Amino acid sequence: MSDATHAQANHGSRRTYLIGFLLSVVLTALPFWLVMTSALPNQTTAIVIVIFAVIQILVHTVCFLHVNTRAEGGWTLLAYIFTAVMVLIVISGSLWIMYHLGTNMMPMDSPT
Amino acid sequence: MAAEAPSFYVLEEEHHEPGGATLLGFWIYLMSDALIFATLFATYGVLSSAYAGGPSPREIFELPLVALNTGLLLVSSITYGFAMIAMHDGKLRGTQAWLVVTGLLGIGFVGVELYEFGNLIAEGATPQTSAFLSAFFTLVATHGLHVTFGIIWIGVMLVQLNQRGLIGENERRLTCLSMFWHFLDVVWIGVFTFVYLLGVLR
Repeated sequence: MSDATHAQANHGSRRTYLIGFLLSVVLTALPFWLVMTSALPNQTTAIVIVIFAVIQILVHTVCFLHVNTRAEGGWTLLAYIFTAVMVLIVISGSLWIMYHLGTNMMPMDSPT
Repeated sequence: MAAEAPSFYVLEEEHHEPGGATLLGFWIYLMSDALIFATLFATYGVLSSAYAGGPSPREIFELPLVALNTGLLLVSSITYGFAMIAMHDGKLRGTQAWLVVTGLLGIGFVGVELYEFGNLIAEGATPQTSAFLSAFFTLVATHGLHVTFGIIWIGVMLVQLNQRGLIGENERRLTCLSMFWHFLDVVWIGVFTFVYLLGVLR
């Protein structure tokens, strides 16, 4: 493979990796710090760390996994989006259903 | 040849990674693996407060240990990135050196995880104790098992690099392993956020 094709190839440069790494360090360290010091109320902390996790997953996807619109003619991106939707449906759907099931089945105050 | 001779084929080849369809196929495998983890996360989410009289996350999770593990895996991601850069520069020794560093960090990760599991089981927080702990061990150990196989794969690649150098096939394999390794790091983001950090907050 020639250098010309390499230049536009679908793999990261040292720069993308370093940017990704620095961002992930910040996005990892802050949630741990928030939880370990209890700097914010628990509810706020929970929301903040979930948002950070989503951002960090996107950073890893772009900087380390090099998912973009050009790679493999866009098929990796399409598979990724499809999987993300499936993952969201599986997780949120399970929690939703099982939470309601749990609520409806709840009254069991007398231990037998 | 006449200058106006029409050409019915694409002159400019689209860029393809070495390995062609293999990389896309491997990507599809990773996406299906993501669905396995999604079901395990969902199971954990549903059972995460079913303590059955056993310990709660706050009582048993040691965040400093988890932070150390997260750091090891995060650093191993960038060292694997450096291995890929060395590979694309055609530097065999550099690729091998970064792979060794990545493998050692991976071994450190699995070691710390086993140490954590050992502590939990010694405290009586075994997978049999409660549904919460069953789901916890299943999810985290499945990830740990993936990392273990990643380490074995790194070992195999080191042997193949030693024997044949940076040939096209090895570049393809290293690219697949790169996706695998970075994918595991993405799964770990979910684990440390939803299992450990949110667990301690609860």
